[in-house]
Amino acid sequence: MLPRMGAMLIMAVFAFYFLIPIWWLFVSATKSKGDLTSTNPLWFSEFNFFENVGNVLTYRDGVFLRWIGNSLAYAGGGALIATVLAGMCGYALAKYSFRGRELIFNVILGGVLVPATALALPLFLMFSQINATNTFWAVFLPSIVSPFGVYLTRIYAGSSVPDELMEAARLDGASEVRTFFSVSVKLMFPALVTVFLFQFVAIWNNFFLPLIMLRDEANFPVTLGLYTWNSQINQIPELRMYVLVGALLSIIPLIVAFLFLQRFWRSGLGAGSVK
Amino acid sequence: MSRTELLNAEPAVLGNRKPKNKFKKAIVLFVAPFGVLFLLFYLAPISYALYQSFLKVDRQGTFGKAQEVFGGFTQYIAVFQNGPFWESIGRVFLFGAVQVPVMLGLALLFALLLDSPLVRGKKFFRLAFFVPYAVPGVIAAIMWGFLYSPNLSPFTEVTSKINFLSADLVLWAMANVVTWVFVGYNMLIIYSSLLSIPTEIYEAARLDGAGQLRIALSIKIPLVTPAIVMTAIFSIIGTLQLLAEPQVFRTFSSAVNSTFTPNLAVLTTSSIPNIHLAAAMSVVLALTTFILSFAFLKFTHPKGN
Repeated sequence: MLPRMGAMLIMAVFAFYFLIPIWWLFVSATKSKGDLTSTNPLWFSEFNFFENVGNVLTYRDGVFLRWIGNSLAYAGGGALIATVLAGMCGYALAKYSFRGRELIFNVILGGVLVPATALALPLFLMFSQINATNTFWAVFLPSIVSPFGVYLTRIYAGSSVPDELMEAARLDGASEVRTFFSVSVKLMFPALVTVFLFQFVAIWNNFFLPLIMLRDEANFPVTLGLYTWNSQINQIPELRMYVLVGALLSIIPLIVAFLFLQRFWRSGLGAGSVK
Repeated sequence: MSRTELLNAEPAVLGNRKPKNKFKKAIVLFVAPFGVLFLLFYLAPISYALYQSFLKVDRQGTFGKAQEVFGGFTQYIAVFQNGPFWESIGRVFLFGAVQVPVMLGLALLFALLLDSPLVRGKKFFRLAFFVPYAVPGVIAAIMWGFLYSPNLSPFTEVTSKINFLSADLVLWAMANVVTWVFVGYNMLIIYSSLLSIPTEIYEAARLDGAGQLRIALSIKIPLVTPAIVMTAIFSIIGTLQLLAEPQVFRTFSSAVNSTFTPNLAVLTTSSIPNIHLAAAMSVVLALTTFILSFAFLKFTHPKGN
C-alpha cells in the first residue's frame, strides 16, 4: 500500500505544479483591473471575463485578433505544407533505393541538429538582400521546412508501408504519386499527424525569427505581439490585464489541436525514438 | 491519363533495361520539393552566415566610405576575445548541466509511474503534465514573470522572502520555466516508448520474483534509453538556443543583461549593427550545438545509429 500512496502523492504534487500557473492565469483573466492585485490570486472575485476579452479584442482596432489570425496562418498553413513535403521526401527515402539516398538522408539528419534560431540571423541577412524582410513570407517560407519530419516519416514509412502493397498498386496501374497519396498516406497517418502537430507547435512558439524579421505589427504572430505589449506595461499599465487575457486566449488553439488529434499523434510519437 | 501517369509510364516500359532508374521521375518528384526548400532555407543560410563571418567592414580614413572586404579570421578572433559571449556560453552550460538532468529525470520518473500499476487516473495525469507544452515559451516566461513578481504572485509568502528575479536566482527561475514547459513533452516520448515494449518481457522477471522497482531499473530503463537519448539531444540544442525566456525576463529583472545567453548576444550584436561579428557568433554557436549533440549521440550509441 505504501508504494501506491507514494506514487499517487508524487503525481498529485506535480499535477498541482503543472496546473496552478494555468489556473492562476484563468482566474486572473476573469478579474477587474482593481481586483487583480487586491483579491486572492487563486480564487475568483467579480466575474469580468467577457468584458476583459472584449477589451483585448477591440484594443487598437482589433490588432490581437489579427495576430491570432497570423499565427494560425503561419502555423496552420506552414505545418500543413511542411508535413506534405517532409512526408513525400521521407517516403521516397524509405521506399526507393537510388544513388545518393544515404547522403541526402545524412545531410537532412544533420539539419535536425541545426537549431532553427541559428538560422534566423542569416535568413534575415538573405531576406534583406532581396528587400523581403518585414513580410509575411519572410516568416512563413522558412517554416515549411522540417528535417525532423523527413527523419520521422522515413522511419515510419519504412516499417508501416509494405513493399507488397506498393507492388499491388502498381499492378492495378496506379502511378507512384497516386499510390503515395491514396494508399501510403493512410498507412503513414499517425506519423504525419505527429509531424504536423510538432511543426505547428514549433512555428506557433517560434520567437527569434519573427522578432528579427518583422517590424510592422500587422504581420506579428501572437507571441511577438504579446511580447511587445508586455514590454510596454510600464508606460501603459492597462496592458497588464490585456497580456494576461491575451496569453490565456493564445493557449487555447494549441490545447484544442492537441485534444482533437491526440489519438493519432500518440501512436506516432514513439516512432522517432525507436532507432 | 494525367501528366504524372505519363511520366511514369515510360520507365515502366523501359524498366527491364535499367531497373535502378525505374522510378526516377517519381523519386525526383517526391524529393525535389523538400530538397529545394532545404537548400534555400537551411544550407543557403548556413553558407551565407559562413561567408558573412569572413568579411569585415573597412573604412578609408575616419570618415571614409565603408566597404566590405575579406577579413580572414578577424571575426572569429573577435568572437574568441569577446568576454560576454563566452560568459553567456558558460551560463547556458551551467544551466543545461543542472536543468537537463533534472527535467529528464523527472520525465523518466513520471513515465515509469504512469506505466506502473501504482497510479490511478492515468489519463488525467498524462494530460495535466502535458498541458504546459501548449504554452509558447514567450507566454510561459511572461506568466512565470508575473508569478515571481512580489506584487502579483499568488505566492506572496514566498516571493516576499525570496527574490526569484535577483542576479543569484534568475537563471534558476528560468530553468524552472523551461522545466515546467518541457517535462510533460519528454515524459510522453519516454512513455510511448515504454508502451511499445511487449509485456511478455516482464513475465520472466516476475517469475524470478522481481518487483516493480527491479523491473523498472533492469528492464524498462535500458529499453527506453534511445528515447531518453533523443530527448536529451533536443534538450541540449534547446538549452544552447535559449532566447525567449531571457528576453522576456529582461522586462521583469535588471539582472538579465543584453548578453545573458548566446542567442541574446547574437541578437544584440546584430542590432548594433555588427552583422559580420554576429554571423561569426552564429556559426560558433551552431557548431558548438552540433558537436555537442553529435558527441552525445556517439557517446551513448558507440556502435552508430
